[in-house]
Amino acid sequence: MATDVETRVDPRLTVGAKMPYKWVALFVIIGAVLPFFLQGYATFQGTLIMIYAIAILGLNLLTGFNGQFSLGHSAFYAVGAYTAAILVYHLDWPVYVTIPFGGIVCFVAGFLFGLPALRLEGLYLALATFALGVSVPQILKSSHLEGLTGGVQGLDIFRPKVPSFLVENFGLTMDQWWYMIAFVIMLFMFWIAWNLINSRTGRAMMAIRDNPIAARSMGINASLYKSLTFGVSAFYTGIAGALAAIVIEFVAPDSFTFQLSILLFIGMVVGGTGSIWGAVFGGFFILTVPNFAEEISTGLSYAIFGIILILVIYVMPSGFAGLVNLLRMRVKKMF
Amino acid sequence: MDLFLQQILTGIANGAIYACLALAVVMIYQAIDHFNFAQGEMAMFSTYICWAMIAGGLPYWVAFFATIIISFIGGLAIERIIFKPLHSAPVLSHIVVFIGLVAIFNSLAGAIWDHNIKTFPSPFPDGSFGGLIGLHEVGMFFVTLLLLLAIFCFFKFTRVGMAMQAAAANPASAGLVGIRVGWMLALGWGLAAAIGAVAGMMIAPIVFLEPNMMLGILLYGFAAAIVGGISSPGGAVAGGFLVGIIENMAGTYIPAIGSELKLTVALVLIVTVLLFKPNGLFGKTIVTRV
Repeated sequence: MATDVETRVDPRLTVGAKMPYKWVALFVIIGAVLPFFLQGYATFQGTLIMIYAIAILGLNLLTGFNGQFSLGHSAFYAVGAYTAAILVYHLDWPVYVTIPFGGIVCFVAGFLFGLPALRLEGLYLALATFALGVSVPQILKSSHLEGLTGGVQGLDIFRPKVPSFLVENFGLTMDQWWYMIAFVIMLFMFWIAWNLINSRTGRAMMAIRDNPIAARSMGINASLYKSLTFGVSAFYTGIAGALAAIVIEFVAPDSFTFQLSILLFIGMVVGGTGSIWGAVFGGFFILTVPNFAEEISTGLSYAIFGIILILVIYVMPSGFAGLVNLLRMRVKKMF
Repeated sequence: MDLFLQQILTGIANGAIYACLALAVVMIYQAIDHFNFAQGEMAMFSTYICWAMIAGGLPYWVAFFATIIISFIGGLAIERIIFKPLHSAPVLSHIVVFIGLVAIFNSLAGAIWDHNIKTFPSPFPDGSFGGLIGLHEVGMFFVTLLLLLAIFCFFKFTRVGMAMQAAAANPASAGLVGIRVGWMLALGWGLAAAIGAVAGMMIAPIVFLEPNMMLGILLYGFAAAIVGGISSPGGAVAGGFLVGIIENMAGTYIPAIGSELKLTVALVLIVTVLLFKPNGLFGKTIVTRV
């Protein structure tokens, strides 16, 4: 495996990348206008898609850009969600402040988990993170922590009202307001990720992914970057978790099972491993396709989901972002 | 002391299940160089096929061997039909296909044979060994060992076994010396499906037959395989017993853990093992060339 010298090098390592302003502007405009044309429930779903997109981007930073597997991101999602919920429920903190806190707690947790995980690679890391993903819901349910976490019942929290001047002037509903908050946070997180990837740090991350030994011999502190990436990845997922807790107004251990990790993983691959904006498509996929499968047939919904999944991989083996890139190349060649 | 012995034996009994599955996991890992997440569901599906044949009036052993053959062909077909076209797709995409297969098998089994729990017959006599460990568990233990021996001989002493290992370890060079790498992969899938079927049919009398029977067990099987060292079939079996025993001991002797955190403790211990032996207890240390 390590003798495989001919692996294709990520173009971002050699040429660098320019922000495609036109596309970004288009994306921002569509995203900002959308909630005014959607039904209340669709707006709510849009919010969830963006929350998933943030979490998927977090996972992507770790797996797609740094080459570390994780099957335990549901754990960070849970930690973010519970941090927000506990701060609001027990300490009466303002809801908005708890979102960055969910992220920060996860950053610390992720960094600390990343330190011992440094010794593990590939499958072994997958198993260690898997252990994390499986244990966190069990720990949250545990009777010893029931006073803090609410045990199996979970915690109910309530969102504050939409600021009154927005309601009076624009008639903004609760769903639209939180859609906007999630949208702004998502854009901000995407922007950070973009800058991170296109920096010295990002290049170091990708170099470690492509050839750890060469990276190390060039003087990159692989252990530091790997645990930092783990922390940053957990930070993203924690922010998503905190947002989800607030938007859904409820946290319970069973929302953060290992299946969530798998969903995030699917979202990452389907959106495009190593692509920032692909995360939005990934979020869209993991939110809508299971529902769609359910609508076709309740009894066989999983089978239909599985078939769709396999078909999607057939059509776009490198994810949606990969497909778009391929098409763009084709179009460019034609002219 | 009696309690201690009892717990060890229960651990071994559970461990035999994990070991059986871990063996199947390692097998396919050696043959295709991947973890097959769909293995458990494939085994479950095979077990259902066997159940249907027994329910249709076939004697146990006929159904048993027929199932093994059907599973072998099924595994072969899955590789040829689903994975061959995806040969050049990234590894992560393969894993998503595995997840898709899990969903399909799980849902299909539920749809064809409904979700009610079914009892599955054991080929071994009822009763127990000194009141401590059931005869089925003992039988399963020996079947696992027998399987291990057969696999060991297959990989060590047959040309096909050697070719399969070569194809997994270094596909390019294997192809150059004339091994048909694609078919070796398919063969690996077939074998893994067959071993999975044996594991499923051995496990089903204990955990009962239902579409989700493998979910929990497979996780332990994976854990066992990794703790034992993914490159070593013997290590996988040892890992299986180890996980079974640790899980039982922790649940019994540490009151704060009880049964609700049993799984957590087992996993934490596994991770701890990995921190000191990153390639598993019996795994080979892989030295990479720059």
